[in-house]
Amino acid sequence: MTEIERNERYNKYVEAKIAKTHAWPSLFNAFWIGGFICVLGQIFNDLLLIWFPTMATQSAWTFTLIFLIFLASFLTGLGVFDKIAVYAGAGTIVPITGFSNSIASPAMEFKNEGIVFGMCAKMFVIAGPVIVFGTVASMIVGLIYLFL
Amino acid sequence: MSDSKYQTIYFKNKPKIIGFYSIVGPKEGKGSLKEYFDYIMKDDLFGEKTYEKAERKMVEQAVMGAVYNANITPKELQLFLSGDLLNQIVTSSFAARSFDVPYVGLFGACSTMAESLAVGASLVNAGYFNNVACSTASHFSTAERQFRYPLELGNQRPPTSQWTVTGAGCCILSNKGDGPVITSATFGKVTDFGINDVNNMGSVMAPGAASTLIAHFNDTNTTPDDYDLIVTGDLGKLGSEILIDLMEDHGFKMGVNYNDCGQIIYNGKQSVLMGGSGCGCSATVLNSYILKKIKNGEYKKVLFVATGALLSATSTQQGDTIPGIAHAVVIESQENFDNSKKNVKSKKRSKK
Repeated sequence: MTEIERNERYNKYVEAKIAKTHAWPSLFNAFWIGGFICVLGQIFNDLLLIWFPTMATQSAWTFTLIFLIFLASFLTGLGVFDKIAVYAGAGTIVPITGFSNSIASPAMEFKNEGIVFGMCAKMFVIAGPVIVFGTVASMIVGLIYLFL
Repeated sequence: MSDSKYQTIYFKNKPKIIGFYSIVGPKEGKGSLKEYFDYIMKDDLFGEKTYEKAERKMVEQAVMGAVYNANITPKELQLFLSGDLLNQIVTSSFAARSFDVPYVGLFGACSTMAESLAVGASLVNAGYFNNVACSTASHFSTAERQFRYPLELGNQRPPTSQWTVTGAGCCILSNKGDGPVITSATFGKVTDFGINDVNNMGSVMAPGAASTLIAHFNDTNTTPDDYDLIVTGDLGKLGSEILIDLMEDHGFKMGVNYNDCGQIIYNGKQSVLMGGSGCGCSATVLNSYILKKIKNGEYKKVLFVATGALLSATSTQQGDTIPGIAHAVVIESQENFDNSKKNVKSKKRSKK
């Protein structure tokens, strides 16, 4: 048996040995917590429009996003966000809360390495790729839109 | 694995563990071995500004505690052997600044406890040094940021992942005094079975552990039944199951005397998935539970196999597979060692 064959066999054996996880409980938690965050955002949005009748809907959306980003960062700072996220999974990652947490958590983690090369530089280690892909994707969409 | 001869060395001059000490974090202090640890930290920072500094302080306390338990003065310490998980083993080297003792830094990832004991026992057995401190440590928060993600990032851990133990342990080896005796050591080979999943360390290290165990049993002409306890470092639940299967493939049946430090350090209610890992895992379990049980006579002969995954954050990002290693030491109670020597002598006499 060559080394490659041995390794392939071992990898297959390990794969089979890993206890299968069930998707449904995770999906359920992600659904209700993710849904709850969205409802929270909607309530905030509606309240804004009630309190400030002259506010444009577009501005209310922006304020809602800022509210959710702040909330997620605040909970990250309190050390609560990751505890919720263990149960929620995609429920907290998919809304803008996940993005906020992915910036706030490395900023906190690396502040000991200094403001410039620690906090500011490392702030984007996780969210950086999302920003790059997001920018590139919007450029491509923009180009397509230009020629349509 | 076929040419596994001569990996084992034997210590005839009885290098003994005359003192030992363990210090753990708050989470480990709530685990199933809580009453065995010498010191349980109240918080992960241990009064320091950073987790890295806390880890160093843990090593310093472990060494000083072991020196105290060994009933020697810090001045009598002749050599400090230590290693850890952080880049350039800064924990050990920086902790060594506070001791006026020659220092040798070791790296064997999570296998460092057995590695330092094997090297230390060799030096003591040869008579070069006396009162050698063998130590290692790991910290959940420093390991996480080096190998994985920021602490507060809201992600879910894969079911095969393990929890890095916050803890440090130290043994003082000497050829004088009393204590459990290190009788032999088996140095392990690096094995790589092509696993590249950083969240599945058990399956990375299990082949390494199997290789060392097979070499040990063949070299010493023993079987798993000859030991009161065979304990691996941090294979976790999955890794231990794989090890049992791998050993059975080679004709060795691991019985109820087999256990894994990663599986016993936490209790079932602590969400650590496959169990504990890190240098501190095997170091704290050895320097509390195991050595205390050897001292009170519950265990007479223990095979301690610390397992390590030799990866770096860079190697993982470049897609390399992860090599594993395991070193083994046999620790016997003093009575057991003396009796077995007497038996050998009486056998020789009866032959004459």
